[in-house]
Amino acid sequence: MDLINPTVVDLSRFQFALTALYHFMFVPLTLGLTFMLAAMETVYVVTGKQVYKDMTLFWGKLFGINFALGVATGLTMEFEFGTNWSMYSRFFGDMFGTPLAIEGLMAFFMESTFIGLMFFGWDRLSKPGHLAVTYLVALGSNLSALWILVANASMNMPNGAHFDPETLRMTFDSFVGVVFNPDAQAKFVHTSVAGYVAASLFVMGISAFYLLRKQHRDFAARSFRMAALFGIFSTVAVITLGDVLGRLDYEHQPTKIAAMEGLWHTSKPPYEPWIIAALPNDAKQESSFEIGVPFVLTPLITHSFSMPITGMIELEDAAAPRIASGITAVSALRRYEENHQAADLEEFRAHQDDMGYGLLASRHAPGQDVTAIAPEQLQSVIEQTKPDILPNVFVTFWSFRLMVFLGVFFFVLFAMASYLSLKNQLERNPLFLKLCMWSIPLPVLATEFGWITAEAGRQPWTVFDRLPTFMSASTHSVSYMLFSLAGFTVLYSIFIAVELYLMFKFARLGPEAHGPHEDADPAHLSVVAH
Amino acid sequence: MDVYVVLKLIWAGLLCVLLIGLGLMVGMDMGVGTLLRFVGRTDGERRTALNIIGPHWDGNQVWFILGGGAIFAAFPTLYATSFSVFYVVMILLLFSMILRPVAFEYRSKVEARLWRASWDWVFLISGFLPMFVYGAAFGNILQGVGYHFNWTGQYFQDGSFLAYLLNPFAILCGLMAVCLSVMQGGIMLMIRSENPIHDRARFYAIRAGIAAVVLFLVGGVWIRSISGFVLEQGDPGMAANPMQGQHVSMQVGGWLHNYAAHPILWLVPVLGVFSMLAGVALVRANRSHMAWWMGLGSWVGTIGTVAAAMFPFFMPSTTRPDQSLTIWNSSASQYGLACMLAVALIFVPIILCYTSWCYYVMRGKVRTADIIKDTHSY
Repeated sequence: MDLINPTVVDLSRFQFALTALYHFMFVPLTLGLTFMLAAMETVYVVTGKQVYKDMTLFWGKLFGINFALGVATGLTMEFEFGTNWSMYSRFFGDMFGTPLAIEGLMAFFMESTFIGLMFFGWDRLSKPGHLAVTYLVALGSNLSALWILVANASMNMPNGAHFDPETLRMTFDSFVGVVFNPDAQAKFVHTSVAGYVAASLFVMGISAFYLLRKQHRDFAARSFRMAALFGIFSTVAVITLGDVLGRLDYEHQPTKIAAMEGLWHTSKPPYEPWIIAALPNDAKQESSFEIGVPFVLTPLITHSFSMPITGMIELEDAAAPRIASGITAVSALRRYEENHQAADLEEFRAHQDDMGYGLLASRHAPGQDVTAIAPEQLQSVIEQTKPDILPNVFVTFWSFRLMVFLGVFFFVLFAMASYLSLKNQLERNPLFLKLCMWSIPLPVLATEFGWITAEAGRQPWTVFDRLPTFMSASTHSVSYMLFSLAGFTVLYSIFIAVELYLMFKFARLGPEAHGPHEDADPAHLSVVAH
Repeated sequence: MDVYVVLKLIWAGLLCVLLIGLGLMVGMDMGVGTLLRFVGRTDGERRTALNIIGPHWDGNQVWFILGGGAIFAAFPTLYATSFSVFYVVMILLLFSMILRPVAFEYRSKVEARLWRASWDWVFLISGFLPMFVYGAAFGNILQGVGYHFNWTGQYFQDGSFLAYLLNPFAILCGLMAVCLSVMQGGIMLMIRSENPIHDRARFYAIRAGIAAVVLFLVGGVWIRSISGFVLEQGDPGMAANPMQGQHVSMQVGGWLHNYAAHPILWLVPVLGVFSMLAGVALVRANRSHMAWWMGLGSWVGTIGTVAAAMFPFFMPSTTRPDQSLTIWNSSASQYGLACMLAVALIFVPIILCYTSWCYYVMRGKVRTADIIKDTHSY
């Protein structure tokens, strides 16, 4: 079946992961900062206090530095499905391209058009007019996230589509099914609110820096408080929606949830422990050094005390008949493509739900062609294919755990920050302020781990249960891939260096440059006098 | 006519609209980028030029993103195949495109001379190169591309990308797109700047416009000697599957068949040439607002000319002509096209309204003296 060179598939995956993770260093901050800017400007418009306009302008400037890279690296994502995942794009274009195009029409156009007015329109718009523009930017960026996650959810949980043997593509038959995919809704809130956490900690951390240096104290204290309160609500929402997502994975992506929890064998409720740490070994299919808390796993995942969670070994065994049926499906489909006999189509239809498993088996078939499997080889091909249905357990398990640990840490951090800020005790706790400052990059790290959990956990599929990743890539040569990878590495390294330089420069410079404050704060004035 | 065929046709038409929008709006900003180092001699002048498109470049760029998204949704097989077949060129285009947002945001954030001079070069590259590639891509698909599909729908490239990149006809098309973008960028600068930027922009806009007319006419003569493609057999309502159901032949001058069959189509290239000439005349007469709309006519005429010649082809295959991608065999499902159409009918008018409103809010001349004082601007 002419499988793609595995090195090219790996390089394509590596490039996609690199560019997606890089893009997602900037997106969370954009999602959250837009709403925080809108909140600050609202207070300015309502109270008329200059300090809130200064806040909007200053954080807006840092937002702009971040936003540029978000837009630039987003262009890569829009191209990359076509340039590197052509089989996937053709196979799944209806389902994936449609939300992407709607994202452009409904969200990205709005965000990008109004962002110009947000930065340049201060003198040309009335106060409420400008505020409305800021809200439209926030709405646009968040709607944008919605549609991207609708697209992503259909890869994880192909809802509202069926495979059409006439076109050899997934054909989508329910717009509502795609948009109201439960996975999409939960993912959208989980991800965008994770962005609010990132933005809150960004504002809080830089404000902590000013408080530590006793600079811009009024400005920093107000920014800190807003960020801390925004952060605590967002963290609670992230954790709640994370729980919803876990439950959805339990129902629809059993291999992902089992890998996330490092569950080799079906759980025994209610005792089954939640593993805090372990060393999963993918080759041996077992974990060593497991440390767990008993009685936690079952209610955490299933929201009950009695429902078992199927383990990975059992999932492999359960996949065997699907692999056999899938091989029949692919063979019938191929005969149908050649001869267009109704009998072949009928046979295909009887097995079409398992087609993905037949494609998955092609790696182990003679000549990589499942139609060439002799009856006596069938059992050995099935046995070889079985372990392929699992993602990399070590990666999925640990990226999930690191995300969860960071989430818990944020909850504690924001709870303390809110308390200390409301009690006006921040400046007496320099260590805590330092902790806030040093935590600025952590939410971005947590969202990256979240992406790895979701997408590494989806493997070996690009479209869950339908299309294997190793078939999805474009048929490039290794040299093409090395060329593009080298280019991305060089460009993206320069970008991040420039971005960090500018961020540090403008964060250190502080808000002063934007005009005098109304409230006379002695410490603040002494800084101005320098 | 069958509903599916109508939907395919509507989406092919909308794709043309997007390509025109992309050429006009993104091309305009890229023209300003290309001209930046020539119309602005001092830093203040260059910042003036940047701030003329400063509030709008990001919104305009969405035409480009939406173009990608719409092809993905409406013609997935075309998106998947064309982006992969032109891999090296696409990646170069991408690299130059992603430099642009960064250049806008970062250039004026640091005072150092070397810093700003470097970003000015980035503007030149990220203005010239993408428009060149955009035009050259049209040249390439007119000549046909070497690829075929296997039975699962996986494409395979036949031949090397160098053959596409380095051929005279593609270079001519690339330069033509650059000329149109420089003309449009020059006109935009004229609308919103004062002297000396205004007169320098006028100088380049006139020359770019004349060059565009010449290149367009040369291309028109050249196309007669190029192998065109003719759809001998293929049902417009067919299931969208390039692996079967079509018979295509290659004939020298084949791209003129549509014009021979429907002579009224000649009005399209005439519109293009007329708009370019009228644009030049209006620029000379300092009627830059009117000239801007002639720029729209130029893009409609140019893209329309190619579309009329190639219909119903998107991207013909030289190595397996029967598997050439056409409007009929590369579209999404009927249901998908209908959904997308409903969404587009709702949102495109809204987008046009607020985009116009933004231009209205930011209307008027941008003065270098104001820009130098303003620390928020680019």
